[in-house]
Amino acid sequence: MQEAIFRTLRRSLADQESIALATVVAGPGVGCQLLVWPGGQTLGDLGSPRLNQRASLYAEQLIPAQQSARQAFDSDRATVDVFFEVVAPPLKLVVVGAVHVAEHLIRLARELGFETVIVDPRAAFLSQERFAGASQRIGAWPQKALLQVGIDESTFVAVLSHDPKIDLPAIESALRSPARYIGVLGSKKSHKKRLSKLRDMGFSELDLKRLHAPIGLDLGGRRAVEIALAIAAQMVAVHHGRTGDPKDAR
Amino acid sequence: MRQVLKEIEGWKRQGSGVALATVVKVWGSAPRPLGSKMAIRDDGEMVGSVSGGCVEAAVCQEAKGVLVSGEPRLLRYGVADEEAWSLGLSCGGEIEVFIEKVA
Repeated sequence: MQEAIFRTLRRSLADQESIALATVVAGPGVGCQLLVWPGGQTLGDLGSPRLNQRASLYAEQLIPAQQSARQAFDSDRATVDVFFEVVAPPLKLVVVGAVHVAEHLIRLARELGFETVIVDPRAAFLSQERFAGASQRIGAWPQKALLQVGIDESTFVAVLSHDPKIDLPAIESALRSPARYIGVLGSKKSHKKRLSKLRDMGFSELDLKRLHAPIGLDLGGRRAVEIALAIAAQMVAVHHGRTGDPKDAR
Repeated sequence: MRQVLKEIEGWKRQGSGVALATVVKVWGSAPRPLGSKMAIRDDGEMVGSVSGGCVEAAVCQEAKGVLVSGEPRLLRYGVADEEAWSLGLSCGGEIEVFIEKVA
């Protein structure tokens, strides 16, 4: 790997850009690399202009799907075997409600590679000591905070405050966004009340189906760290398109 | 990827030679997905993984050769279950690992 490729890759990861790296792993030009940006801009060389062009077109299709792939390209003389890898920005977790469970969830999510944001209008709850691992601590009402963060398809939202004044506007903002995951803490009983309020606000049954409530997998734990683990486990399952069933039940 | 590249940057700043190993093909039940990475420093120190621990030592050995020659290598690991304890992947899968020098 050439220094320019390495440096650019490092910078793209820091800038949270999506980018693809193509590497010739067999055939002529083994070890040659090309970086491809979503718009088709490139850096590097796989050995021929024609191969660069074909590889960059192929890479541009992989970037939105965030998939790695291996592809052989035939030229007049030989077959070139190329490995494509998409480097995507990290998943993001926004926790609303600076409660005890939130401290553990922020820590676990960070360990899992999430960029983490903690939101609570009660700014005094957001001390550095409690949320040292969070990339951002936002002392504002959820509607404003979620707008500021920017909720996209790779954002997970956990609503934990237990206070409808904070939870409801957070759920409303999350439901109006393309968030990948929306989990809400609270009993089945309190969720029923919440659902009727959300229906009154105009949300459809299809909208409400997006909510994971009560939040988390059924691990049975009641301690704050156990609840945080149940939530983190559910986030991992959702990320991989699974439900979180035991493997021996499959 | 993020963590491994960060580590490489630190090693390079100290003036060490560094090789990067990447899983570039998987067959069957491989322990780590495509793109999994491991960095190897010239003194044998490593970070990350390309399998569940089955082939890391062999990859580390190959990486030393890559650091000396500067030429990348493509290696294939994986064996039938009955031989699994001797060398390769005990899960029965197969992987290809590409090792390159980071300049």
